[in-house]
Amino acid sequence: MMLRDLQVLTPEFMMAVGGMALLMLGVFAGEHSHRVLSRAAMVLLLITGVAVVVGQGVAAFGTALIVDEFARLIKLLVLGGAVLVLWMSEDFLERARIGRFEFPILVIFSVLGMMLMASAGDFLTLYLGLELQSLALYVLAAFDRDNVRSSEAGLKYFVLGALSSGMMLYGISLIYGFAGTTSFAGAAMSLEGGAASVGVIFGLVFLISGLAFKVSAVPFHMWTPDVYEGAPTPITAFFAASPKIAAMALFVRVMVEALPGAIDQWQQIIIFVSICSMVLGAFAAIGQNNIKRLMAYSSIANMGYVLVGLAAGTPEGVQGILIYLLIYLITNIGVFACILAMRRGDHQVETISDLSGLAQTRPGYAFVFAMLMFSLAGIPPLAGFFAKFYVFLAAVKAGLYPLAVIGVVASVVGAYYYLRIVKIIYFDEPAPVFEPKMGASLAAIVAASGIFTLFFILVASPLVNVAAAAAASLFP
Amino acid sequence: MAGLPILSIITFLPLLGAALILALRSSDSTTRLIALVVTLADFVLSLVLWANFDTSTADFQFVETADWLGGGIGYKMGVDGISVLFVVLTALLMPISILASDAIHKRVREYIVAFLVLETLMIGVFCALDLVVFYVFFEGGLIPMFLIIGVWGGARRVYATFKFFLYTLLGSVLMLLAIMAMYWQAGTTDIAVLLDGQHPFPAAMQPWLWFAFLASFAVKLPMWPVHTWLPDAHVEAPTAGSVILAGILLKMGGYGFLRFSLPMFPLASEQFAYFIFTLSLIAIVYTSLVALAQEDMKKLIAYSSVAHMGLVSLGTFTFTQQGIDGGIFQMLSHGIVSGALFLCVGVVYDRIHTREIAAYGGLVERMPIYAACFMVFTLANVGLPGTSGFVGEFLTLLAAFKVDTWLAIVGTTGVVLSAAYALWLYRRVIFGRLEKPSLRDIMDLTPTEIVCLAPLVIITIFFGVYPKPVFDVTRASVAHLVEFHQQAIAQANATEARP
Repeated sequence: MMLRDLQVLTPEFMMAVGGMALLMLGVFAGEHSHRVLSRAAMVLLLITGVAVVVGQGVAAFGTALIVDEFARLIKLLVLGGAVLVLWMSEDFLERARIGRFEFPILVIFSVLGMMLMASAGDFLTLYLGLELQSLALYVLAAFDRDNVRSSEAGLKYFVLGALSSGMMLYGISLIYGFAGTTSFAGAAMSLEGGAASVGVIFGLVFLISGLAFKVSAVPFHMWTPDVYEGAPTPITAFFAASPKIAAMALFVRVMVEALPGAIDQWQQIIIFVSICSMVLGAFAAIGQNNIKRLMAYSSIANMGYVLVGLAAGTPEGVQGILIYLLIYLITNIGVFACILAMRRGDHQVETISDLSGLAQTRPGYAFVFAMLMFSLAGIPPLAGFFAKFYVFLAAVKAGLYPLAVIGVVASVVGAYYYLRIVKIIYFDEPAPVFEPKMGASLAAIVAASGIFTLFFILVASPLVNVAAAAAASLFP
Repeated sequence: MAGLPILSIITFLPLLGAALILALRSSDSTTRLIALVVTLADFVLSLVLWANFDTSTADFQFVETADWLGGGIGYKMGVDGISVLFVVLTALLMPISILASDAIHKRVREYIVAFLVLETLMIGVFCALDLVVFYVFFEGGLIPMFLIIGVWGGARRVYATFKFFLYTLLGSVLMLLAIMAMYWQAGTTDIAVLLDGQHPFPAAMQPWLWFAFLASFAVKLPMWPVHTWLPDAHVEAPTAGSVILAGILLKMGGYGFLRFSLPMFPLASEQFAYFIFTLSLIAIVYTSLVALAQEDMKKLIAYSSVAHMGLVSLGTFTFTQQGIDGGIFQMLSHGIVSGALFLCVGVVYDRIHTREIAAYGGLVERMPIYAACFMVFTLANVGLPGTSGFVGEFLTLLAAFKVDTWLAIVGTTGVVLSAAYALWLYRRVIFGRLEKPSLRDIMDLTPTEIVCLAPLVIITIFFGVYPKPVFDVTRASVAHLVEFHQQAIAQANATEARP
């Protein structure tokens, strides 16, 4: 019994053991082992990815951990995001003199937390996974410890994150009190039939508040711009990628598996949060001049669009979410790789006016950057269009017309600030060129995300089918 | 012929050309040459398409299908009498635009690539037989056009291109939601299936869908009061950009009415026909008056485009053979004529670098060939019998007259006004004494410019005298459309009459 449970969890064990082994290795080898450890961590993540794909079994320790198609897909996305971030961060960290061996270790442990989140089938596993992830992320945000902004980001993230964790825990305790169990399936069963009691609704609200904080949805988004701006850029890229995906997966699973009986209640909240995120993300980004801050608002808006899929609460909605997350992951990694290449000599630049006339100085780089922006704006035939297409398709099927109309109108407002970047890149007179040229790893990531964005239209069908299968596994 | 996916070839050939240019990193002159060869080849292919087009049937022809997204959303291409000539028009205007771009010396390769990509997307719009495929082509065209106006445009290009992009996008996203609602209602986005009459949309749903589509097509056509992006975009766009904008992009709105609004939502179309008539008449009269007051040549022609497109929507919503035939003809003719007028403006702009009407005068003394060409297009714009402009105007007004005399009366004043602004423009620019010192050394048309304008002159006059080839193509499809519309209305009335 025990042994079979452990077998199901092979990928997680590999990560935990591997992470600890690398930590010891790092302690012995000292500061200069960053690059080696980073490579080793990438290999570990990749092997874990293979283990996730070939892994057998559906659940471990009762229903505490669920390994279904949905969890597998999310884990692969999370792992993929982490590998890419590690790859693109090596040069940057060394240049910024923060190439310390703890970086890959922290990434590994936060990814382990995310994998648990993706598999959580119980409120306790949910909380454990979330905290493991968050603790590692708090440290990462403050990784450039001699830099005031980075320390501030870490502290802010920690304080607000702790608050949200507290709220969530309180919500969980209320739900436990009224449902009599912490397992998702058990909670769903005890809530079945009849109206949800006030206690459960209270718990639900607190739980959603905590989760909304983790996915940085309005009105729990305040930390995002500051943390994004303050954290070292590759770490910002990581924040924008894997944790968002894991938290959103958790969000979906809790709502769909644990609280399907209260859908009338949570649907309203999700619709509200979704509309606020899309609208605020669209309007607030207009005034930003720092590209990282702008991407923070962009990610707030993006999470709003993902929540449109959740608001539908249907298999189509979850399918849309998964497609969205995949495209969001690759687009965002590509954008941050582009941002990492924005440097003149020894220092990194971050304002969008630094991109002026990039099309004339670095045409290829500029082209990908512009295509990623058009994709984020949701213009066909680029990948971002299909992301929005599937979530809105689900919303329309569920009859959520006002949400869909507000969503698409907000996307037009959002298009404005993405276009502004294209305008700066293509229409303005060239600013001093970025030197030196981007390294091989960045160039590869930028090229790959550009190719994905342009040619997603050709490979959409198989990916859509994978997402459909994964979504179906949540709806028995 | 059979088995060859000719529509896909016509659609994606320019894209291949663009890829080739990027791959070769060719010099500017080679780039222009490759683009010219590719677009000419595409034009020849489109003529082959026209020649092989079976005019006796209203069905879609040259249909190609392939799996794409699954679940009833697939890649499907095909043309009928309504769309095939727009493919030809696009393919015709493209090589001319490439030739007319000699004045562009900045970032030539990117410019040409943007145009070739745009051609693929535009032809795709007219060939697509799946709503999602249509939408992808329809909105995808915004990207190259945004760059063309923004990079190679005039002084206020940034403002103009943002306005163009955001206006069009706002209209399109509402249409996208309607497409989704239609998908869940019918279970497919295959246009041919949606048009077969077996999947009528519920009467309660039609107005919503109809308005969502209107939001998109009214901006694109453009109709009053959402036309304000057009003068800005036209004025700031480079000459070839204006030609494409006026010649083809505007036609997507009218085409959309014919392809979607009329046959898919017949009840709503009938219900809101007078709404459209009102907007059309306001467009015809108001924008004609606005055109009279313009100081800028391009702006004047842009406003005249809005007025002429008003005739298209007027004719289309009469639901008669003449009205729709006339609307299609008007669109094709306007595509040629307004494109040519923008080329004419471009000719003098390249020499004097101003579009101010007051800066010209007496050009006929130095530029007789130019004056003659400009004359033909001005008269076609006015709708003089014997030019292609007459046929469309006459038929649409005839159809409007049958529906309601007042429509025709008000609509005809637009024709009178168009004579006023077009002829006045011509007089101020071409006639009079050549007094301005800046014009003293102005040269007549170069051979390239003659090559650009000559075919358009010939087409304008030929189809003005002998429009039959066009109507041969459109007749069966339009007849089917009209009959289909009447059936749907009769059916709805019958169900209503039943208690």
